[in-house]
Amino acid sequence: MDTSDNILQQASPDLVRGSDMARSAKAARLSPSFISWLQAGPMMLVFLAFFLIPLVFVVIVSFWDYNEYQLLPAFSGRGYTDTFEGCIAQLPDLCTIGKTYVKTLKLCFLVWVITLFIGFWVAYFLAFHVKSKTWQMGLSLLCTIPFWTSNVIRMIAWIPLLGRNGLVNSGLMKTGLINQPVEWLLFSEFSVVLALVHLFTFFMVVPIFNSMIRVDRSLIEAAYDAGATGFQTLVNVIIPLAKPGIVIGSIFVITIVMGDFITIGVMGGQQIAAAGKIIETRVNALQFPAAAANAVILLVITFLIITMMSRIVDIKKEL
Amino acid sequence: MTETTKKTGVSRRTLLKSTAGLAGLAAGSGAITGFPYVMSAEPKVLRYLGTAVNEGDDISKQCLKDTGIKIEYITATTDDVTKRVMTQPNSFDVLDTEYFSLKKIVPSGNILALDAKKIKQFDNITPVFTKGETPGGKKIGGQGTAPWKVLYLEGKDSRKFATSPTEFVTLIPTVYNADTLGIRPDLIKRPIGSWSELLNPEFKGKASILNIPSIGIMDAAMVVEATGKYKYADKGNMTKEEIDLTMKVMTEAKKAGQFRAFWKDFNESVNLMASGETVIQSMWSPAVTKVRSMGIACTFQPLKEGYRSWASGFCVSKGVSGAKLDWAYEFVNWFLSGYAGAYLNRQGYYSAVLSTAKANMEPYEWAYWMEGKPAEKDIKAPDGSLLEKAGSVRDGGSYEDRMGSVACWNAVMDENDYMVRKWNEFIAA
Repeated sequence: MDTSDNILQQASPDLVRGSDMARSAKAARLSPSFISWLQAGPMMLVFLAFFLIPLVFVVIVSFWDYNEYQLLPAFSGRGYTDTFEGCIAQLPDLCTIGKTYVKTLKLCFLVWVITLFIGFWVAYFLAFHVKSKTWQMGLSLLCTIPFWTSNVIRMIAWIPLLGRNGLVNSGLMKTGLINQPVEWLLFSEFSVVLALVHLFTFFMVVPIFNSMIRVDRSLIEAAYDAGATGFQTLVNVIIPLAKPGIVIGSIFVITIVMGDFITIGVMGGQQIAAAGKIIETRVNALQFPAAAANAVILLVITFLIITMMSRIVDIKKEL
Repeated sequence: MTETTKKTGVSRRTLLKSTAGLAGLAAGSGAITGFPYVMSAEPKVLRYLGTAVNEGDDISKQCLKDTGIKIEYITATTDDVTKRVMTQPNSFDVLDTEYFSLKKIVPSGNILALDAKKIKQFDNITPVFTKGETPGGKKIGGQGTAPWKVLYLEGKDSRKFATSPTEFVTLIPTVYNADTLGIRPDLIKRPIGSWSELLNPEFKGKASILNIPSIGIMDAAMVVEATGKYKYADKGNMTKEEIDLTMKVMTEAKKAGQFRAFWKDFNESVNLMASGETVIQSMWSPAVTKVRSMGIACTFQPLKEGYRSWASGFCVSKGVSGAKLDWAYEFVNWFLSGYAGAYLNRQGYYSAVLSTAKANMEPYEWAYWMEGKPAEKDIKAPDGSLLEKAGSVRDGGSYEDRMGSVACWNAVMDENDYMVRKWNEFIAA
């Protein structure tokens, strides 16, 4: 009780004024930094309990040994060495695991570029062209539609559209553009990227929209008054000010795509392996340390990408 | 948990009702088994972990009607069932799993062997399980983890399989089948007679195989043997060299664009086949039935090299004791007493105790499903929908013909770890 009172008083100095001296003296004794800690505390605890501690476990388990049916808590690098078995011997050719990571990065890059492009313009439209708040709200809710369906539904829905005998192929055949059904429409990298873009563009739209809505309109007017073309305003005013949104959206998309295995599996016909898939197969084979080792590798790669991005834009400063 | 219950007298049911989260916690921690005095006032409930094969609303309803035991299904894939036994053995009571998983499950010590003497129909269980032969005396192929190799334990708490019959049974058999390739006869338009057709370039980009390593590699081995490239000593227990060879053949085919997709669950396999994306693929019997019930021609094609078989059965979690263990026996005995067996037979599977299943089926049903005779009347699925019109014959013929042609069983190899890695490389190649 006491503490919460203090926080309250600290937060609104007006309340302190006029209350009795003892209490205000006590409040003064609590340093502002202590109160910030108190405020951040609950979130920190959640973060610690549900993210940091499990993560430490993952790293520890990745160095355990294992057999068919149990984990052996003895230090072993087997999770890592098994993962890269035969890779050095194969050099300069990439081994399968190396190819898998390259493939994951490639998919991730493609999805990132496309979602950024589409997401930017959708957000631009919402922020600068849609004037009414209600419409802005309604249209952004519209963007969540891809999340209303499950993977299985989506899989079943893509087959009649993109499949060998699907709508697109039969349409193309009828117009005479092709004689043979196009095979790469489904169960290919194309369909994987298509599905991922369809799903995750929303994660770009929201943060970019959020940044754009806060752009001071007078800046745009000023640019216009100073004789800037629309393109110059975009490059010199809007994009720099929307940078935090762009980076946050990119982090969302990159982290999700790097770890995805369900969409890639379903849309790739289980023929395209991604880093997440390796982990899944390991877990299914009860090889938890090897799965943990791959998770650590994936984490490190993702972390490197994120660090690189935050080098370009200092999110903390921009926010 | 225990403290709360004793002090406040809150019954477990109230607790369960009040918070689903707590219920999960209680179930997971095994706290429920801690106070039998509460339980005796409760309805008989068994938490039943398994794949969906044996699980059906009709079965659980009939079971409740006949025995008063309420079955709570926990459905998972074969891999997930095994994972759950390893990591949360207290989260289920009855386990329904496949024989090939036993090589992983039994050494973990998380399951309790059942006492054959308490199983009323044990002596009537089909010799497929106990002797490795059909009731008609046909010898069944024993490559892989054949059920009779892992049926008995040396003692009650033993983690070793016994080589001769004992009274401690790892899994009381319930259901099994002989698997083969499914084809689309309307798109292939010629007879298919060998596993090797899966890699026939004629079906380039139109073939598929299932992406469950321990089963997929068996199908792959059937194909490799059928092409005459290699003859395995035991397809279900390959050496590293044999695994490399098998995966090499499959990888070459994959790189040449033979496969359209790989599938991991029932619905995926049905969709691939029904949409015409594939015309030949590994398939499960009920999936073929499903495609057919959509009005699309699909055959569960018998092949000259024989079938790859699988079997599953019941055991209980190590944590089950007292009254709950009695209910588990009651449930297993009920399951073998005919209703469930007939139900499974009508889906195209086979029941472990043939005599009781027969007593629960119409003679024309038995003749169609088990004797390979043309259907005298329309054949209906358990839910009443039409499966086959009068006059049709079951793919692969009679029980004797099908089970008698089994070449190998789903397996976990000694080199399983290596195999899984190689399989991953094949999928990623």
